Order: sequence, then C-alpha cells, then structure tokens
Amino acid sequence: MGALNQGSLERRAVVARLLEGRKDLLVVTGLGSAAYDVMAAGDHDNNYYLWAAMGSAAMVGLGLANAQPNKQVLVVTGDGELLMGLGALATIAVQQPANLAIAVLDNGHYGETGMQVSHAGYGVDLHKVAAACGFASTVEITGMDGVDAFRASLAVQSGPRLATIRISAEEPPRVLPPRDGVHVKNRFRAALGFNPI
Amino acid sequence: MSDVLFEIHLNAPYPLNTTCKSQENNAVVEPQNSSEPNWRRDVFDVLKAHDVRHIVYVPDAGHSVAIELAHADNSIRTVVLTTEEEGIAYLAGAWLGGERGALLMQSSGVGNCINTLGLTTMARFPLMMLVTMRGDWAEFNAWQNPMGQATDAALKLMGVMTWQADVPADVAPLVHGAATMAFNGDSACAVLLGQRLIGEKKWAR
Repeated sequence: MGALNQGSLERRAVVARLLEGRKDLLVVTGLGSAAYDVMAAGDHDNNYYLWAAMGSAAMVGLGLANAQPNKQVLVVTGDGELLMGLGALATIAVQQPANLAIAVLDNGHYGETGMQVSHAGYGVDLHKVAAACGFASTVEITGMDGVDAFRASLAVQSGPRLATIRISAEEPPRVLPPRDGVHVKNRFRAALGFNPI
Repeated sequence: MSDVLFEIHLNAPYPLNTTCKSQENNAVVEPQNSSEPNWRRDVFDVLKAHDVRHIVYVPDAGHSVAIELAHADNSIRTVVLTTEEEGIAYLAGAWLGGERGALLMQSSGVGNCINTLGLTTMARFPLMMLVTMRGDWAEFNAWQNPMGQATDAALKLMGVMTWQADVPADVAPLVHGAATMAFNGDSACAVLLGQRLIGEKKWAR
C-alpha cells in the first residue's frame, strides 16, 4: 500500500450536485470539511451538522433512518471521519436500512489537521469494506456522471448504500455551519413536526 | 411477584401505559426468590413504559433478558453495536427523528464513550444508559477493576447523571427516575446495575 489513492473531483461541486433540488432529504454531516461543503451548498432545516464526536456521522444517520423510515437519509462525511467509526458499517449492514445512503468524500487525507495521508489514501477502499459488511449497494465514483447516478439512486429505497467519491485534496474556503448544537437539533426536529421538551 | 410494578405519572405528549405489567414471555429468567422483583424484566418493562422505541446494545449477560425481550417486541428496534459510542450517536439520530431509545452496555464500555458524550452535552440530546457493572464487587477478574472503579467518575466527568442499583427492588424506580430525567430534561442519565445485584460470575464450567 505505497501509492497514494487520490481523486480529482471538486468537493464543493460534488456536494452541490448531490443536494441539488433536494426536497425532503435528511442530511447528516461529519465534522470538518464535509460540514463546510454541505453548508456551502445552502443551510437547510433538514441538515444536522456534527462539530465533534468524530466517527459518529454514519451512526447518527442510522438512528435517524430507523426513526424516519419514510424519508431518505444522506450522510455526507470524509474518509478520516468514517475510518474512526469503521465498525458502524457492520452495524448498519446488520440493520439494512433501505433509506440510508453514505457519501464518503474521499481525498485520502486528514484535511482538518494538516493533510496527513489517511488509511484511505494508503489504499483502504471504504466502499469495499462496506460491501464486505453487506451493504446493498456500494460504488466508487470518479466522475460527475457517477455523482449524478448516485443522486438519482437516492429516490429509490433500496439501500443501505455507500459511495466512495474520489475528490482532490483541495481546501476551499471554509463556510461554517451554525455551531449551536441545541439550536440545530431543535430546528431539525421542528421541521419534522417535533416540539422541544 | 405483583402484576403492577409501579405507576408512572408523566405529562407527556404521547400515550403512555399508566401501569407497567408483566407479560408472558418464555425468554424471561424467573427470579430465584419469587417474592423478589424480577429486575431483569423490570429494566425492559420500564423502558417500554417510557415509550422507548430503540434498544441499542453491546451484549452483556446482565442485559440478556432485556435484549431478548427487545428482539421479541415488534414495536422496538433492536440494534447490536460493535462498540458503545455507536449507541450514543444512534440515539442522537433517533431523537432527531422524534423517537426515544436506550443504550445497554457493560461498565468496560464507558471508557469507549467519553469523547462521543460531547455530542450529547453540546446538543443536549436525551441519553438513557443502563450499565452492568464489572469490577465493583466480588470481581474475580482483576483486569475488570480499573475501568469498573472509574465507571461512575468517568460518567460524571462527562456530565452524565448516575444512580446505582444493588438490590432488585431499586431497579424499577431508579430506571424510571433516570428515564424521566433523561427524556423530560434533555439530559444524559445512567443507571449502574451493580455486581451485588447481578450476582457473582461463575468461572468454573
């Protein structure tokens, strides 16, 4: 595993395309660049941004997907974030949530901490891990046509899905989502019809 | 044992059973002394009375009855985890989606949860944890002692309120109290089920 695994897609363009024309899609982001990308595509009541708890995004997505089985849930996160909670892929595969999709923005690096090479960068293919766990659908995406196909697949509840999206290791300007976790939680729940306590 | 374990008085915007009754189920381990509460079953019944819809767990023998009852109950989603902090994230997601859940785990897993508990704190997610203890009484395997002795302090260090049950009669009221404060206070609460309650682990086979 010597050669670096590196993509060329632009992360902001990928996320903007994934979220284009969204209707009742529920989105959970991992901390760091994935959250900035989703925010850059437009803040939304149906977004839940993590600012910490690295490794948790996929499991937040699973809990949400199981509680809201009639809505599609999309987790947008990075390779490093998913790697910290890799066991979640096994947990999700056992649950088989048809309405859960995970988009891994894979630049092969830990971008937030100085662009150190990640396990994905050294050759660990996260979509293959997900496939081995038992995800219904896994794909490696290297072009925008693949992004379009993945986006289209969100309309069909036949997950769980995971896409490794090979992006470049560029660092676009930060677009910070709101950091008040209580506010974002209550806003998200209110959009689904739930009141604060 | 009595049919009615306790009564619940809650001002909740959803239907709750006003009483929590024991039900027929072959999976239940009957208490050795029939005059004692069946605390293993009480854990499940009280959670269900609090409208818990998700039971997520890392297996432990002390939770085996609740886990079996949860799997047998079609109104409850049961999720086996690879590590305990997955449960904190899962329950946050379930709450975002409008539903309550509980995390069943062993004390050795509390250390795994520390950083992830920051999510619970910062967003004030309700969190209901049931922790079976190792290393707190008559522990044969001393390797369990370091985390067992640090469990309560570690939870408190991260802002989790704790209660420990060491006798069967305390389990239902303590689980009820913790669930009330978790779900009506957007708070993190843990009930520790002590080794004196669970009984000494049998090492000889």
